Amino acid sequence: MSGGAARSRPLRRMIGLRLGIGLLTLFLISVLVFLAVALLPGDIAQQILGQSATPETVAAFRRELGLDQPLPQRYLGWILGILQGDFGNSLANGRPVADLLAARLGNTLFLAGYAAAIAVPLSVLLGLLAALWRGSWFDRGVNVVSLSAISFPEFFIAYILMFWLSIRLGWFPSMADPGAAPSLAEMLGRAFLPAVTLVLVVTAHMMRMTRAAVVNVLGAPYVAMARLKGASRWRIVTRHALPNALAPIINVIALNIAWLITGVVIVEVVFVYPGLGQLMVDSVTNRDMPVVQACALIFAAVYILLNITADVLAIATNPRLLHPR
Amino acid sequence: MTRAMTLASLRQIPPTALIGLAVILAYALVGILAPLIAPYGEAQIVGAQFEPWGGDYLLGTDSLGRDMLSRLIWGARNTVGIALLTTLLAFLLGSVTGLLAAALQGWIDMALSRVVDVLMAVPSLIFTLLALSALGPGVWNLILVIAVLDATRVFRLARATAMNVMVMDYVEAARLRGEGTWWIIRREVLPNITAPLIAEFGLRFCFVFLTISALSFLGLGLPPPMADWGGMVRDNAALITFGDSTPLLPAACIAALTVSVNFVVDWLLHRASDLKE
Amino acid sequence: MLLDIRDLKIEARAEAGWTPILHGVDLAVDRGEVVGLIGESGAGKSTLGLAAMGYAAPGLRFAGGSVRFDGTDLLALPEARRAGFRGRRIAYVAQSAAASFNPAWRLIEQFCEGPAIHRTASRAEAEAFARQLYAQMSLPEPDRFGLRFPHQVSGGQLQRAMVAMAMACRPDLIVFDEPTTALDVTTQIGVLAAIRQAVEGFGAAAIYITHDLAVVAQMADRIKVMRHGREVEEAPTRQMMAAPREDYTRSLWAVREFRRPARELPGGAPLIRVAGVTAGYGAKTVLEDVDFAVPKGATVAVVGESGSGKSTTARVITGLLPPQAGRVELDGQALPPRLADRSRDQLRMVQMIYQMADTALNPRQTIRQILSRPLAFYLGLTGRAREERLHQLMDQIELEPGRFLDRRPSELSGGQKQRIGIARALAADPRFIICDEVTSALDQLVAEGILRLLSRLQDEQGLSYMFITHDIETVRAIADEVVVMRHGRVMDRGPRAQVMDPPRHDYTRQLLASVPQPDPDWLTRRIAEGVR
Repeated sequence: MSGGAARSRPLRRMIGLRLGIGLLTLFLISVLVFLAVALLPGDIAQQILGQSATPETVAAFRRELGLDQPLPQRYLGWILGILQGDFGNSLANGRPVADLLAARLGNTLFLAGYAAAIAVPLSVLLGLLAALWRGSWFDRGVNVVSLSAISFPEFFIAYILMFWLSIRLGWFPSMADPGAAPSLAEMLGRAFLPAVTLVLVVTAHMMRMTRAAVVNVLGAPYVAMARLKGASRWRIVTRHALPNALAPIINVIALNIAWLITGVVIVEVVFVYPGLGQLMVDSVTNRDMPVVQACALIFAAVYILLNITADVLAIATNPRLLHPR
Repeated sequence: MTRAMTLASLRQIPPTALIGLAVILAYALVGILAPLIAPYGEAQIVGAQFEPWGGDYLLGTDSLGRDMLSRLIWGARNTVGIALLTTLLAFLLGSVTGLLAAALQGWIDMALSRVVDVLMAVPSLIFTLLALSALGPGVWNLILVIAVLDATRVFRLARATAMNVMVMDYVEAARLRGEGTWWIIRREVLPNITAPLIAEFGLRFCFVFLTISALSFLGLGLPPPMADWGGMVRDNAALITFGDSTPLLPAACIAALTVSVNFVVDWLLHRASDLKE
Repeated sequence: MLLDIRDLKIEARAEAGWTPILHGVDLAVDRGEVVGLIGESGAGKSTLGLAAMGYAAPGLRFAGGSVRFDGTDLLALPEARRAGFRGRRIAYVAQSAAASFNPAWRLIEQFCEGPAIHRTASRAEAEAFARQLYAQMSLPEPDRFGLRFPHQVSGGQLQRAMVAMAMACRPDLIVFDEPTTALDVTTQIGVLAAIRQAVEGFGAAAIYITHDLAVVAQMADRIKVMRHGREVEEAPTRQMMAAPREDYTRSLWAVREFRRPARELPGGAPLIRVAGVTAGYGAKTVLEDVDFAVPKGATVAVVGESGSGKSTTARVITGLLPPQAGRVELDGQALPPRLADRSRDQLRMVQMIYQMADTALNPRQTIRQILSRPLAFYLGLTGRAREERLHQLMDQIELEPGRFLDRRPSELSGGQKQRIGIARALAADPRFIICDEVTSALDQLVAEGILRLLSRLQDEQGLSYMFITHDIETVRAIADEVVVMRHGRVMDRGPRAQVMDPPRHDYTRQLLASVPQPDPDWLTRRIAEGVR
């Protein structure tokens, strides 16, 4: 094919553009995270050391934190350090932030991955079925249940589950420290309640948006045309609707990871699960800024990277870009 | 005649929305009348810790010996009131900027949209936590941070719906007549986007209310001793491990209100889309 | 009898329950016969066409009657059995090919889907048949054409590809649902030829649905006229064209006869002059060196197909799009290029009427509010003076003030809304009105009423019009002068007779020759002459 290289050019340009925007966003977010501390009203050194500290000690501490340097230089030093895995030291206990993170990041990823592995296929399936049987009792039922689940505070769902499944029935542990669990099965069991809480919240959001995306595609004239060609319902959905609904569904999934991140923070607190979310909440309470910054940056980066991936996938499945004129 | 018509239109409302409206009304009443109907003061310590239900304390007492029922009633006033204020602020900010962006377009639109893109590129709870740790606790900090972050969503919706109206020929006709931007926004655009904006107000309120409750639950919301449902769950959570469901009550209060608002909004949106067809 | 629809009733979901939209209609089609369904919007012709496939669109339901196809009542069959007929024995060609082809599939895949579902041919046979049909329909590179995606093909080609796709299982009956309505005339004729060829070449029967009398006369052996979900009359084409029985049919036939009487123009310097205008969006040039004038009291029709730049010309004149070069003069004075720099009086003189009355009137305002604003804004009218003028305006557009002033646009019919659009322009007391395809969204009878109204107003008030249109009949009906545009350039301009009778420029000739005539032999002749 002579035009092969030329044909893929708009596609590559779109993907390149999207990656560029994503990286720029990431950069801007890092600046925001940095500024949140740098532009703090009042002097952080004074705050940490307390009102009784002498001006000399405060000045010395400022030097130690690098607060005497101009802003851009401080940002550069900060971000370069982070890129090399140096997040600074915790103000609360003086330990390197990276060490604190290392122990907990894995736990959080495990919990989030656990929930996503159930929630994503479940919500896509439910959304698809609700769209297919639009207006049916199934659709209405799913609508009411998911609307309720969206409306419940995450900690409400978590405590209800804990109250019934753990305290009353004793099926699952109410504290969910996966710790040094010997086997995967045991880890899955211990993290079950937090994971189910997350699944309920995320599925409700994701399922509703999936339904909307599929309903939109099912209303397209080419779907009516397929019916008039004698295609079966199954064929219409799998061959005509799904390929076109893929891109919106991918975007829906990525978008709803936000609920997973929000949920993780709260669920970890409820179930005393030693993850990043709990660490972040504790650090916010203690105003341990380096740790808060690190956690915010990690959550933000994960979310942005997932959304870039989704966008790139959506672009890559668009026939108009795959096969330009 | 008119009463018959109201009755007929009430009958067309689905039961879910009807229940929702009733609950919202009840909450409003309780919130407004809190000082009259609460048996005890908001922060008044009336008895021992964790007294059981019944007797002088209908729903028992909390971890500090304050009357649970009274705090639930005061909580309606605090939590709902602050959420409402925050939502109004977010709405004012978001819809004014959104409408301006849609009407003026050009670089103003570009700049506002990019700022919003960045603020929305991160789950808002993360931003809220970051901002609260930097600014420190406090009711006004809470209101401002959440209002600004939530205004981004209002901005997007207001801008998008206003854009749809801006491309209409009747807006072009007004521009050709020589009408100013403000007149066009007020007379041509706004009346045509009130329905989606009202629905969005309900959704935003739910979101803000849940966020504030979540923050209170995390110990970062309304400062003690203000009664606040999220904080009440947190304070008394220990009871749950002893098989006592009392801490679930404030959580259920939160859920009941958001479910109600969502049901009403769902009905409003449905009606709007039906009318369009 | 191949298709025999008896007493068919179909209902649509409404706010309270169901309302009938087909009130017991019969339709019979013999093998190899083409039946034309004609009527205005809302006549129920598309609903009837789809019912021939045993299909009711979402929101519709069958409420009675039978649809017998080759002896089987489709309505009595379960959905799965009905699907066995669709595509295989009865095929469908939709109005918008661009929306009806699946964007994710290559054309040949979509062609082969029918044969694969109904197992009428092997993949290789189906592909070979596709190539054969593509060649017959003079699609470019027929052997490779099917490898393209829908978005890679032009509108006319896509519509022909859809006709080919309908033939894939060699159906006995094809339903054509306004297959050329969305196309430009010079594109339409190629598609018409392709349809004629497909139907005649394979001996298929067809139902041809359209609102265009001249088109249906080319295609149909028999014509059924419909209105409001009922049959008006039915007769063989030639008989129907020569001697329609019913008043309604006759009025449809007569619409195209409207010609405004010849008259003297006041003469003198032109009111509007568009001088050497080049304009575009960003780096894209849409207009190049456009030059014409509108004499006082005259109607200038700007004719062209989609993408010719007619609407962009209007945007330049109104100041919405400042030109890159050239200028617009009003009464010998150059108008400021930007809308914002024009004086209120300059704005008042140039008014506009839009194609879609639905989007031209704010649905949230009453007619009184819509018409009052220009009166207050330009003329400072308030109170009784304004009320008097409102009544005057309503009288001028032949709508009762008492009945209409306090209604909202949604409570008005399409024609009434368009009249309000005219009144809003008149309220400014203008000298020049741009009419942007003002009749093309209206049914013919209503459109004619609008044209008559505009002509009368012009005679009474000495207005000048610029009429943007793609419809040659409208030009013949109303224009004093004609500007023919193509690809952003003026091809020809001058008094109507000089430009059109006979056509002076090659492109004008092609344009005129592509417009279907109500003569049933027109297409046959054109094909014999060799349609491009």
